[in-house]
Amino acid sequence: MITIRYFASLREQLGKEQERIEPAGAMTALDAWKSANDGRMPPDNVLVAINQSYASLDAAVNAGDEVAFFPPVTGG
Amino acid sequence: MKNVIIRESAYDPWLLLGKFQHARFGDSAEYGATAVFTGTMRDFNEGDTVRAMTLEHYPGMTEAQLQRLIDEAKSRWEVIDCFIAHRVGQINPAETIVITAAWSAHRNAAFEACRYLIEELKHSAPFWKKERLADDSERWVTQNTAG
Repeated sequence: MITIRYFASLREQLGKEQERIEPAGAMTALDAWKSANDGRMPPDNVLVAINQSYASLDAAVNAGDEVAFFPPVTGG
Repeated sequence: MKNVIIRESAYDPWLLLGKFQHARFGDSAEYGATAVFTGTMRDFNEGDTVRAMTLEHYPGMTEAQLQRLIDEAKSRWEVIDCFIAHRVGQINPAETIVITAAWSAHRNAAFEACRYLIEELKHSAPFWKKERLADDSERWVTQNTAG
């Protein structure tokens, strides 16, 4: 299984913070997003982390990975 | 003492810094320079009064990302050590949000590393601010100020 997490305004807009999907062959982070969100595209400014490190939407994700999607960060 | 601290409760930045410096260096005289940045919550933003703020983060990635920034600062400059503290949860105006600090033999490396840490934290550490305004409405902060 792949765990997908959403944070901040994106979590609120989607109305969900975490879900799990079954990997379907070779998947990218974008594939994982689409699989979990009815095939829709993510927002243009979305940031992606795989296993808690920044990654790109075309990075590969594998069973057991945690993929996170979130808006631009605003800490400090 | 850890180099990265995420706090859910208010803290005195100077006490926390003193505690870290004492634990890390004791009576050592290896450093000649300490540079510190602290960020404090304002009671205004984009022309509006802000009553309070909620800071969300990504537990686990936050600590890992801040540690990566410290490792990078140490590789770029001759710093002996660095420290970062950041608040999460409910925050009120005048409370400290963030500390970045760097210790080095000479001032240039400490200044450069300290500035690098706060600028990169703002660009890459997974924190998100949500403001509560005077009328109790809430809004997400969508971007940091340029500096």
